[in-house]
Amino acid sequence: MLTVSGLKRLHICVSFDLRGGECVALQGPSGVGKTLLLRSIADLDPNEGAVKLDGKLRESMPAPAWRKQVTYLAAEPGWWSDTVREHFTAWDDALPLVKRLRLPEDCASWPIQRLSTGERQRLALVRGLVLQSRVLLLDEPTSALDAASAAAVESLIADRVKQGASVIWSTHDDAQARRVGSRILRMSTGGRIEEELT
Amino acid sequence: MTYIPLAYGDLILPALLVVMDGVLSLVLHLKLERQLAVATVRMVVQLVLVGYVLTFLFAAVSPLWTALAAFVMVLFASREIVARQKRRLPGIWSYGLGASCTLLAAGSVTMFALLTELRPDPWYHPRYALPLLGMILGNTMTGISLGLDVLITGLVRERSAIEACLALGGTRYQAVLPVVRDALRSGFTPIMNSMAAIGLVSLPGMMTGQILAGVAPVDAAKYQLLIMFLIAGGTGLGTLAAVLGGARLLTDQRHRLRLDRVSSGD
Repeated sequence: MLTVSGLKRLHICVSFDLRGGECVALQGPSGVGKTLLLRSIADLDPNEGAVKLDGKLRESMPAPAWRKQVTYLAAEPGWWSDTVREHFTAWDDALPLVKRLRLPEDCASWPIQRLSTGERQRLALVRGLVLQSRVLLLDEPTSALDAASAAAVESLIADRVKQGASVIWSTHDDAQARRVGSRILRMSTGGRIEEELT
Repeated sequence: MTYIPLAYGDLILPALLVVMDGVLSLVLHLKLERQLAVATVRMVVQLVLVGYVLTFLFAAVSPLWTALAAFVMVLFASREIVARQKRRLPGIWSYGLGASCTLLAAGSVTMFALLTELRPDPWYHPRYALPLLGMILGNTMTGISLGLDVLITGLVRERSAIEACLALGGTRYQAVLPVVRDALRSGFTPIMNSMAAIGLVSLPGMMTGQILAGVAPVDAAKYQLLIMFLIAGGTGLGTLAAVLGGARLLTDQRHRLRLDRVSSGD
């Protein structure tokens, strides 16, 4: 489904394929360039190389259309308005996901300032998931979560994968990588990736 | 019209007031005396020089010389805009954007006034064109430099919010809109404040000048109103062009935020 060939950004140079309904874990020491790689796939930084979705080059469509299908979710999400609801086009669509991720249902009217780091991380995930993207690029999506919330996130993403979505999941947690990923892409300091089966 | 002309000798006594400031700085160890001396000398040289240059221009009434003078004024304005930025736009744009926007805004508003209301003969007569341009330029410059400064600082500060919007499929226009609004607001604020306070707190320099030159106060007020309207229009146009242009330069065709194009001001 997603084909990355000869993607170059700073020291990074990688090629790999991602099938539909597959979740791969992305691992490697801090500062090795996992975030750079995910951002480059979403075309958020200038980079070289061919990235295709179902054989269609990303340059063949406007960047916003590409990012609605290949969506990057940052480890530390940004917020452009004051309250939670303003970040959603349809809050009703988000509500089932909000409940499933154990967030308070009345949080729509809350100011962003009031949310804890973990709540922000889960709300940002909901904000991204309502787009129903084909490919999700998750940058340490559970780094600020307790075990129960992290499990809720893992099961929610697993459902999406069953429905046919493809996921690249960056994580420092080896056990989580083996749990969520059917393969592990391990990034080395040279900016290359090696593949391991789990 | 009657006015009291000054000889150079008449300025000696008032100049002693600046000397007094210098003595104060020495006595109180403010260490301002050097700066004060440089500023005073610059002021005297610049103003006397401008006096002679304008005398020449008014005698010549040449479109070429007038245009050259206007061009030099725009150059100094754009240099001032760049000097006021904490962070700068890439390469030639650091000067180019400010210069083209001040030229566009102040130039078109000045032309508008000359061709529709004042109608001097010839229309480019430097006695009207240059003072008008100067006053509009000064204010437009303030609006543009404030607007650009708030824009660039805002894009850097709000980076994660802007990129979150972009990553979710927002266009670059949607993503930078909140920062653009802030920047436009800051650019417009000084002119609105001065319009609200004018006449109560301060008598504007031009009106004072006309009154000293013997113009009836109500006529001087009308002239001042004309200038203020022109300034408001020029500031609006210039700030809008500069902020939108800056936002475009710091994003790209693939709807990315390009803060790598910003350089620091030092």
